Amino acid sequence: MSDSTTGGDNAKTMTIIVTKGTLDWAYPPFILGTTAAAMGVDVTMFFTFYGLGLLKKKLNLQISTLGNPAMQMPMMGMHMTMPNLIGALPGVDSAASTMMKNMIRKKGVASIEELREAAIESDVNIIACQMTMDLFEFKTSDMIDNLKLGGAATYMETALKSDINLYI
Amino acid sequence: MADKTLDAKGLNCPLPILRAKKMLKEVPAGGTLEVLATDPGSVADFAAFCRTTGNQLVEHSAEGGVYRFLIKHTA
Repeated sequence: MSDSTTGGDNAKTMTIIVTKGTLDWAYPPFILGTTAAAMGVDVTMFFTFYGLGLLKKKLNLQISTLGNPAMQMPMMGMHMTMPNLIGALPGVDSAASTMMKNMIRKKGVASIEELREAAIESDVNIIACQMTMDLFEFKTSDMIDNLKLGGAATYMETALKSDINLYI
Repeated sequence: MADKTLDAKGLNCPLPILRAKKMLKEVPAGGTLEVLATDPGSVADFAAFCRTTGNQLVEHSAEGGVYRFLIKHTA
């Protein structure tokens, strides 16, 4: 089928370079990737450096309050920010991550696992950076099955033909 | 009466769009999908989704905090 809602030869194309692997940074690429695919765009996501961890079979994503002065968590009707001095204490990031995950569930926001599944289902082209696999000693057996391995040239070939290229 | 109804109440961006797109595939060409949502962002998003994909937003309304969209499967 080549209608405008399922892609095809004349479909618009988008690539996203995914470089970050924390819970908060995982959202923009997966939200845009899945939504674009739902709107008939052929999407390629290239996972490199810390973003590559988002392709592990088992995810336990965390956020960090450190160096994140704009982060405001709603709490008892107010908004709380976290001074770096406190954010550096053991357990603070893990507590903030739990809070964030509870908030995500409560507000009907998709989990990253759910969005990743949607990306796979809608045939998003997922490329894992081979160099990062080697650098961080990731095993293909630890990663999801629906990926292709590639490098900068693989990405560039797609990016050169794409209508939209994003770096996140 | 719509061919299919999607209850996307309580879901946030981008889930109503993703689920709607998925269900739209089960609606025959020319048929309609009714979507119910509570996400205020869905008002602008369903309009944009329909304009971009070429499906027709036949109706949209809001009542008691629930947004209702009727989408005709034309693309």
